[in-house]
Amino acid sequence: MISALVFVNPQRLVRLSAVDLAIIAIYFLAVLLIGFYLKRFAKSGEDFFLAGREMTAWVAGLSFVSANLGSLELMGWAGNAYQYGILAAHWYWVGAIPAMLFLGIVMMPFYYISKTHSVPGYLQLRYGKPTSALSALSFAFMTILMSGVNMYSMAVVMKVVLGWNFHFSIWISSLTVGIYVALGGLFSAIFNEVVQFFLIWFGALLIPILGLVETGGWNGMVARIHQNFPGQNYTHMWRPMAHFADNPMGVQWVAIVFGLGAVLSMGYWTTDFLVVQRVISAKDVRAAKLAPVIGSFFKMAVPFIVILPGLLGLAALPFHLVPASGMQPGQHSYDEVLPLMLARYCGPGLLGLGITALIAGFMAGMAGNVSAFATVWTYDIYRPFLRKNAPDAHYVSMGRWCTIIGLIISIGAAYIVTHFGSLMDYVQALFSFFIAPLFPTVLLGMLWKRATSAGGFLGLLAGTLSSIVMFTLVELDPSKVALIALSPLAKPLAIDMWRALWSGVICVIVTVAVSLATKPKEDIQLKGLVYGATKIPSEGHLPLVKRPIFWAGVSGVAFLILQWIFW
Amino acid sequence: MSEKRHIVPVWFFVGLLLLIYGCLILATGLAEWSNPPQTIRADLHAPVWWGGLLVALGGVYCYFFAPGRRKS
Repeated sequence: MISALVFVNPQRLVRLSAVDLAIIAIYFLAVLLIGFYLKRFAKSGEDFFLAGREMTAWVAGLSFVSANLGSLELMGWAGNAYQYGILAAHWYWVGAIPAMLFLGIVMMPFYYISKTHSVPGYLQLRYGKPTSALSALSFAFMTILMSGVNMYSMAVVMKVVLGWNFHFSIWISSLTVGIYVALGGLFSAIFNEVVQFFLIWFGALLIPILGLVETGGWNGMVARIHQNFPGQNYTHMWRPMAHFADNPMGVQWVAIVFGLGAVLSMGYWTTDFLVVQRVISAKDVRAAKLAPVIGSFFKMAVPFIVILPGLLGLAALPFHLVPASGMQPGQHSYDEVLPLMLARYCGPGLLGLGITALIAGFMAGMAGNVSAFATVWTYDIYRPFLRKNAPDAHYVSMGRWCTIIGLIISIGAAYIVTHFGSLMDYVQALFSFFIAPLFPTVLLGMLWKRATSAGGFLGLLAGTLSSIVMFTLVELDPSKVALIALSPLAKPLAIDMWRALWSGVICVIVTVAVSLATKPKEDIQLKGLVYGATKIPSEGHLPLVKRPIFWAGVSGVAFLILQWIFW
Repeated sequence: MSEKRHIVPVWFFVGLLLLIYGCLILATGLAEWSNPPQTIRADLHAPVWWGGLLVALGGVYCYFFAPGRRKS
């Protein structure tokens, strides 16, 4: 069936055998069957949008980290590792672990106690409808566009790697995702994210294992990299961070620590509803706190299957990869390093598992986008502004339709990107406009009783607008990079970090200034929403090893040891 | 997963999929033992031990999380 529909592309990277195709077909069948099975459990709004709030810490934790483990991420960061070396691991460690632990220990109790269904839902409770509407509309709009961009990228990857037809990839994956999410809602999305998590690990883990065997272990790999790329530092994370010119990324430690670690990653991991929704579905406060902590251990390990294959590519591939923009016929781009390494070590069967892992990653990413979109549209836009007080079944029905409509819009966006390729870069930049200032807004709301509705709204608006202005300035006049990123050498990733840092700072200044000039809410109105006005439920007399704070400490120590090892 | 509604645990689905994939990969590895594919370090017969690992792990998950073994 599948082979009959495949478009044969002579330049494809890998050729699949019958057993590989069987493995892929079984995956599609499995996710559909899971969706049909879970439909009977997704009856109420809480079931459909929040998986009944009955996920264990392990399921919520794996789903939380898996929602961010899409194939674009895997292939893109493996490509970045080939281009920049182990510096790319900053996005997995300082760019994720502190934020995940902060979410679990500090912020999760408020998301959970307030019984909110979403991040915009929390903003409505804390700051009122205008802030919530701004956040919900921007999130819904960007999520669905991002879904389209991911869909487009998936189809391109499938064409390059497997030679599959572009339209076939888009429609078959969208239909499958649409069916299983519309049937089981967040239940389906979470179940499939957990399945995807295992597939990705078992599909990709052989690359570093066999790669290290081939190159003679870590030391052998480093020696080969030095031999292939003399004079380049690809294997230290912090040593080349003193100055912009010392590393190929054109970034300095201040931007990594404060721009990436303190603003961008905090914004993504603690306020992007796509990932936070997974943790809100936990069965109790302890599970909700523990889920991101569990996720942090797995996130810390992901560089083993993403960054290490990129480094092994530097050591083992007999040719050099090049940027996609300057690629000549017969050459391969940085982003192709992961499938190239997969084809290098994996024959029939294992290759099918690896490709299935990539497809699963793409589909789980789409499912995450549409399930989050359906929730925010239904609960934060449709219910408060268009139809209040409808029966619960009406909102579930709306959620199911939103899933389908969201996917159709995503497909439309994917085809628009096909014709306007540069739109892809803009959509990704747009997403960062809204995420970076959202973190200070939510955090001030949780920690500072004095923050007012006007302060929250104007702070979020000012942070978002300032980010847009900075982006536009650089687009119109590239020399303005020196003004925003403090160096003309800054590369796009570094500019993103600085823009996030400035927009976060502006958001805080405006929120604080406006709040001090306006009337705050009474303490009684802030109960369950802000520290100092909320009683955090006790964890009772749990032994130390069952407490989230203990495991957060272990995770924090492991994170510091990794920085020291790869300093 | 759910103790309220007796949903089959996700771990069972994970185990089942790993078991099926493990069988397919192990069988492929054994079938090509004397004529391995043209991949690097094919002499290590990765499909055999990796497929075996998937079968073992999938079997354990299926056994411990099978619907019939769930607490009521």
